[in-house]
Amino acid sequence: MTELAAVLDRILIKTLGGVLDGYLYPFILKGMVVTVELALASLAIAIVLGMIGAVAKLSNSRIAKAVAGTYTTLIRGVPGIVLMFIIFFGGQLLVNNIGDLLGWDYIEISEFIAGSATLGFIFGAYMTESFRGGILAVPRGEIEAGYTFGMTAAQVFFRITLPQMVRHALPSFGNNWLVLTKETALVSVIGLQDMVFNASQAGGTTRQPFTFFFVVAVLYLIITAVSKVGLRWADRRYSVGVRRA
Amino acid sequence: MKRIVTTIIAASALALMSSAANAKEWKTVRIGVEGAYPPFSSVTPAGELVGFDIEIAKALCKQMGVKCTMVQQDWDGIIPALLARKYDAIIASMSITEERKKKVAFSDKYYNTPAKFARKKDSGIEISKAGLKGKTVGVQRATTHDNFISAEFGDSVAIKRYATQDEAYLDAVAGRLDLLLADSVAMTDGFIATDKGKDWELAGPGYTDPKYFGDGVGIAIRKRDTDLVEMFNKAIAGIRADGTYKKINAKYFAFDVYGN
Repeated sequence: MTELAAVLDRILIKTLGGVLDGYLYPFILKGMVVTVELALASLAIAIVLGMIGAVAKLSNSRIAKAVAGTYTTLIRGVPGIVLMFIIFFGGQLLVNNIGDLLGWDYIEISEFIAGSATLGFIFGAYMTESFRGGILAVPRGEIEAGYTFGMTAAQVFFRITLPQMVRHALPSFGNNWLVLTKETALVSVIGLQDMVFNASQAGGTTRQPFTFFFVVAVLYLIITAVSKVGLRWADRRYSVGVRRA
Repeated sequence: MKRIVTTIIAASALALMSSAANAKEWKTVRIGVEGAYPPFSSVTPAGELVGFDIEIAKALCKQMGVKCTMVQQDWDGIIPALLARKYDAIIASMSITEERKKKVAFSDKYYNTPAKFARKKDSGIEISKAGLKGKTVGVQRATTHDNFISAEFGDSVAIKRYATQDEAYLDAVAGRLDLLLADSVAMTDGFIATDKGKDWELAGPGYTDPKYFGDGVGIAIRKRDTDLVEMFNKAIAGIRADGTYKKINAKYFAFDVYGN
């Protein structure tokens, strides 16, 4: 496996090594890997939070509704970069202060974990709304039918609600994913070396900022183009048996 | 009641322990650097950090006898990250200003690029009060350089003020100016070293009067780490004395960037 990576590395250096003063590979493409990893990790967190939020909003519990409602209102109403600063730097300060009080040594919060947690937390709020819309689109009668058959709430959810809500939630889910991918650029302010961070460093070093930002724009387009292929596949898969409009 | 008292005693004991922990010995120092400001700091295609700031940082760590790690940070988040203890010091060409002093402590300056005059190579203009009499000097409007020349040479030279430094360069090439006054590094980088400035050269002394040009560039440190400020001050004096600074200076600049 490492040998394969080494061979790949050599090929890439040969083909891309000299492009853009040598900054494209490995420097900027390594940043691209960070961007993709970060987007996927954030997405995973956002899906979990979104699912919990949607179920809470549609539940009969007043407390669950209030908590989920506060979460979506608050997060969707504050710019991502502000949240990033508050959660990343504020969170670290909080940990430090608690640590000082308890006499611990400095505890480092890794940029990658902080970045993906923050982005996941932000997009969980948007996903909550997407999933809520998806769940609402499932005919109430089918869910009631499930209960009538003696299924538990979990069985109803996994057998009836989930497979059908995906179809309805997908367009808005895909939209959230594309926005999330681009929002990963925010993490460069917290020092995570993603594609944008590396490009701005290369641009500053070579004094050609526009060249490198143009390259980044193209790389983001590649990521989103690939995602759209995946989304189209999912759309077909979950629309099986449904008449095309 | 007894429980509350015990809790308070425990808490104060912990607080005491933590203040003892603050006075810890510095074995490793994490340094926040930037990376997009050549020739002070920049990255190689392999992602390695290079530049004047970086080499100074390494030299200071060696002088202090501590292990250093460099943490790359975007300029926008560079002070918040220091305050959040992502690293312990910023060595990133940060000018010492009153506004920043409200948030962080600064070491002594480790450089202060002087302002200098530039003249045409064959002009033979002597940089002195008498030599400058009647000459036309270009500066950028409302800058420290404008203030300096207006106050110090205003009665003997004609000053032409420009909105941007580049306009001053263009007028100099066009022959409308005898002299330019600007930051020596900025002028070397943006004019003298370029094709259009090839007939020009820096001349005369470097001006760094704090009255006009501020206190120079220092190392930013959290206010509570006064011991670290002391360590850096001693280390700066150390590398100035043993010639390390001079060597690094010579590698990047043709003149003394420390100022006087």
